[in-house]
Amino acid sequence: MRRNDVRARNHPAYWAFVVHRVSGVALALFLPVHFWALGQSLQGAAQFDAFLAWTVLPAVKFAEWGIVVLLAAHLGGGLRVLALEFLPWRDWQKTLAAAAAAVALAMGLAFALAL
Amino acid sequence: MSVRGESMLWLLQRASAAVLAVCVLVHLGTIVVAVQGGLSAAEILGRTRGSVVGLLFYATFVIAAAVHAPIGLRATLGEWLGWRGASRDVALGLFALGLAVLGLRAVIGVFG
Repeated sequence: MRRNDVRARNHPAYWAFVVHRVSGVALALFLPVHFWALGQSLQGAAQFDAFLAWTVLPAVKFAEWGIVVLLAAHLGGGLRVLALEFLPWRDWQKTLAAAAAAVALAMGLAFALAL
Repeated sequence: MSVRGESMLWLLQRASAAVLAVCVLVHLGTIVVAVQGGLSAAEILGRTRGSVVGLLFYATFVIAAAVHAPIGLRATLGEWLGWRGASRDVALGLFALGLAVLGLRAVIGVFG
């Protein structure tokens, strides 16, 4: 990437795009695993508990926190995209990006504090 | 893909996003409440099993996600990996189907 390209991209709307895309890819990869894990409940409570026991490991807890933040970030970024495309107020771009970040952090904090 | 097809995917992506916005807000709230005091199968399933509202809500959530995620990945695969054409669409169609099947199986397991 040329230096000028980097400078041209270094603005809040570009970073909002990057966060939205990266969080989206991560969630798409996480979803099949999440569904498979919840599907373990079909095998009975014992099998489901065996899986839940694994989720108390600190590394897994940290990953869960990350996924919750990514979900909230993707939600915030997605609301921003919908607002940009369907509402007329484009001057609010930066405010929306900031609001998206704030929503993501607030959700992550709420999740982390409840653990 | 035809222009009409691309337009349809764009519309499906936005429509599913609008549904998901509501679902994700409810889901995040549910997560925060559910993890209070730790998680156990008996506690979770005792609350969820037999809930028709939960079943319908999460079935809707799964279908919207199964529509939304592959369309989002489609743009990403095209722009980042240069993967375009019919093979990409077939692969993502299978991914969508897989998500729907795994997701609905999970919903039936938790709420059925």
